[in-house]
Amino acid sequence: MSHRILIVDDEPNIVISLEYLMKKEGFQVAVATDGEVALQLASTFLPDLILLDVMMPKKSGFEVCQALRANQALVGVKIIMLTAKGRESEVAKGLALGADVYITKPFSTKDLVLQIKSMLA
Amino acid sequence: MLQSWVIVLASFLYLGILFAIAWYADRRADSGRSLIANPVVYALSLGVYCTTWTFYGSVGRAAASGIGFLPIYLGPTLLFALAGFILHKMIRVAKTNRITSIADFVASRYGKSQLLGGMVTVIAVVGVIPYIALQLKAVSNSFAILASYPDIIMPAMSGAVPLFQDSALYVAMILAVFTILFGTRHLDATERHEGMVAAIAVESVVKLVAFLAVGIFVVWGMHDGVGDIFARAATVPEVARRLTTADSPATYGTWGTLIFLSLFASLLLPRQFQIAVVENVDESHLRRAVWMFPLYLFLINLFVLPVALAGMLHFPGGTVDADTFVLTLPMAHQQEALALFVYIGGLSAATGMVIVETIALSTMVCNDLVMPLLLRLPMLGLATRPDLSGLLLEIRRWAIAVILGLGYLYFRVAGEAYALVSIGLISFAAVAQFAPVVIGGLFWKGGTRDGALAGLAAGFVLWAYTLLLPSFAKSGWLPDGFIAHGLFGIELLRPQHLFGLVGLDEITHCLVWSLLVNLGAYIGVSLQRAPNLREARQATLFVGGAEAAGISTWRGGAGVTDLLPLAGRFLGFERAQEAFARHARQRGLKGIDELPADTRLVNFAETLLAGAIGSASARVMVASVVTEEPLGIDEVMNILDEASQVRAYTRELEQKSLELTRATAELREANARLQQLDRMKDDFISTVTHELRTPLTSIRAFSEMLQEDPKIDLNQRVRFLGIIVSEAVRLSRLINQILDLAKLESGRAEWTVAAVDVAEVIREAAESLTVLFAEKRVTLEIDARQTGLTVLADRDRLMQVLVNLLSNALKFVPADTGHVKVGAGALCVPGNPLRGQATAEEVRVTVTDNGPGIRAEDQEVIFDKFHQGAGTADVLTDKPQGTGLGLPISRQIIEYFNGRLWVESTAGAGARFVFALPRQAGDNADNAVSLQAEAGGVDLKRSGRK
Repeated sequence: MSHRILIVDDEPNIVISLEYLMKKEGFQVAVATDGEVALQLASTFLPDLILLDVMMPKKSGFEVCQALRANQALVGVKIIMLTAKGRESEVAKGLALGADVYITKPFSTKDLVLQIKSMLA
Repeated sequence: MLQSWVIVLASFLYLGILFAIAWYADRRADSGRSLIANPVVYALSLGVYCTTWTFYGSVGRAAASGIGFLPIYLGPTLLFALAGFILHKMIRVAKTNRITSIADFVASRYGKSQLLGGMVTVIAVVGVIPYIALQLKAVSNSFAILASYPDIIMPAMSGAVPLFQDSALYVAMILAVFTILFGTRHLDATERHEGMVAAIAVESVVKLVAFLAVGIFVVWGMHDGVGDIFARAATVPEVARRLTTADSPATYGTWGTLIFLSLFASLLLPRQFQIAVVENVDESHLRRAVWMFPLYLFLINLFVLPVALAGMLHFPGGTVDADTFVLTLPMAHQQEALALFVYIGGLSAATGMVIVETIALSTMVCNDLVMPLLLRLPMLGLATRPDLSGLLLEIRRWAIAVILGLGYLYFRVAGEAYALVSIGLISFAAVAQFAPVVIGGLFWKGGTRDGALAGLAAGFVLWAYTLLLPSFAKSGWLPDGFIAHGLFGIELLRPQHLFGLVGLDEITHCLVWSLLVNLGAYIGVSLQRAPNLREARQATLFVGGAEAAGISTWRGGAGVTDLLPLAGRFLGFERAQEAFARHARQRGLKGIDELPADTRLVNFAETLLAGAIGSASARVMVASVVTEEPLGIDEVMNILDEASQVRAYTRELEQKSLELTRATAELREANARLQQLDRMKDDFISTVTHELRTPLTSIRAFSEMLQEDPKIDLNQRVRFLGIIVSEAVRLSRLINQILDLAKLESGRAEWTVAAVDVAEVIREAAESLTVLFAEKRVTLEIDARQTGLTVLADRDRLMQVLVNLLSNALKFVPADTGHVKVGAGALCVPGNPLRGQATAEEVRVTVTDNGPGIRAEDQEVIFDKFHQGAGTADVLTDKPQGTGLGLPISRQIIEYFNGRLWVESTAGAGARFVFALPRQAGDNADNAVSLQAEAGGVDLKRSGRK
């Protein structure tokens, strides 16, 4: 059974690259371009792992993360914060809100894939 | 018989009695039971104002001009009755500062300036000499007339008598000796002369009684009362004329002048200052004097008019000088005793004036003129001489002799050309020059030493030129051509009609010019600079009154061992020791040895010395021991500056602390602002890095993907490479715009400003975007037909704005159905009232699209940097591409040219971006049309805009 991955980002080109990478690794992929859609998809698509951007319209990644962790139905979902915001305070904030990993853009595709694989193993 | 020896004997007897009174009063004063500490004595001593001018001259004046003698007494009456507060203030200030003379007063007020003291002294001496001459003339004349009894013979012209047969010379010599005996027996700390004051009070009684006796004899002895005299006077037309008041308008002017003059003279004449201020024992005595002195003046003038009328009736035809009526009327009726009494009364009036005046002047000459000069001459070695008190007395004695000598000289030179009263007025006009600096100094803190010097010098020069020199000329001692034709033959410079001022008598004329220039120079020069520290300190002491006194002015201290010998040098060792012992007792100490070396002791020594040698010199002398410096004037002056800075220093400290509080508040505010700016900068950098990382992320991800998997199919590969290229382009555009914005915001941008035709720029911008519009199949409508829409701007920058607005519009309109319209026009708007424009014209450019529109709450924030308007884009590709910097940059540019950039839109109904720039003047105003009519009638659906 292949793992399900939800990609949440509002930058079309980044979404394209992530989608390509994940599909190539054989994951099932869903895409959301803002926070609200991300929450909806999370409860219907039931992903194993979420790649979550922070700066998005409607709901920020932080808010989405918080909401996901409050949802009993989604216990165990892994969250990787993937964002261009790299200040230490933001990293701490993301981890405090329940993200498992915080990765700063631009990222290494190889490392990201390895990270995801190890988290889902 | 009244032989000469009888008269001489009576004179000496009288002077001897006076001397005895003075001696007794001094004895009493030394034993602490002052004879003069009494308001009545104070008021009587003020009667020194009434000299022979009053005693003989008033009757003469009345015979010439009726009640024209009165203003001389109305002035002082007004001063004492209405302006007692000035006297109160002067006395208080003089006491706290140990002022010894009017010169000392002025010098001290303007920063203890020796130069100023010297100048006041010179003016006082020169100005008062005619007045002394008047006394000599009166005494010698009265002696000569009385000596020829029973005949009534007018004395010969003063200049005609050989020098050594001139009784005036002997009068001068005797008065000099008498004054020296009176006034310079010893030096006192306060420069007060109790014995002299007692004698003057007695003299005031003698002259008053003598005059009243003559009056009573004339009214009731020679006639049947006042009514009888007036009735008889009315029958003689020549005499009756004296019963009416002034007969020309100018005479009223003279009245005003005389009241004004005498008002100041009774305050500023050296002898008046001496008696009223320096010799005042207790300030409260003034309360009694304010009515007693005017009463005295009233009494002594009571019989002036009857005596004058009687004299004119008795000696018709002017054979007898009216100035002598007081004496000649009793003589003509064989009243020997009364005549002798009158002579003694006149002598009283003269001696009183001469004694006080010369003592006051000699103090000034010594303290403010000679001593400062001598102390500056190192060759004399005065600074190191152990005892200077003898020298001080010697200088004063010589000063008295010289002043009386000068008085006699003036009497010989000019005595005959003027009546008694006119001579006196010359002196009055001279001392009136002190009025601005003295009165101003008491009530205005802004006066400076330079202002006082300028005012005094200017007033004195004009006084000398318009009054003193003509008095010499009229006496024949100077060629009188310059009176009639002006100096160097220039009519405008005629001394008694200066600059064509005619119609005034000579006194009024002099007063108008001299006081005008004096006051003008005093105020004008004073305002040139703020008072320096020393002047400011003295100003506080004088203007602020007694409450400001008692401020320590010495920073250091000096011991008894230094100060006592110093005081001893000027006061004599014994007197100094007594004073120090008294000071020690006052401080509750057993003896001199216990006195601590503190500032209080130094201040005591300074005031003690100030009493003897004047405040300016005292300061210099004390400075020499306090700092243990060898006495060099320059060094001492430097120390003085430092010392007087101490007080100003305290005030500065207070000011500084206030300033610090203010500065702290400002700094706190600035710090808060800086912290806010710092936060804003952090946010900006964070945003910038975020914006830079986003395209970088795509570029890196796709590049790595392509690198790792060389077998990606061609379509994929082309697509990925396309994304890499466009993100790279986006990245470089972003960097360029950030740099551009930074340049605009810091003001380092370079501008090429010129008149720009807006329509042309619109066409050019539209042209450059034609391909992009065509690609998306969006129509671009250009309405730029109107010509002459010129603005002042940088052409390239304006182009940048237009391209930005147009490509924004293109970005948001839908493909195929998209429609963008750009137009321009002129509009009349309310003008800038500051430039006096009722209306102004501006050029408006609009870019209208049928895109999604912008919500009201976003219409302002889209102009913020990197702002991402909340969009509803739910399709990935709908995300607008942009840097978020185009609009902020455009707004910066438009505002730089005094324009405005805004957006009008309703969500879902398209957007219209408008910028307005001031229209360049000289354009055809007919082109102005209302843009309001051009409402965007375009159908629009979307919102969300960067």
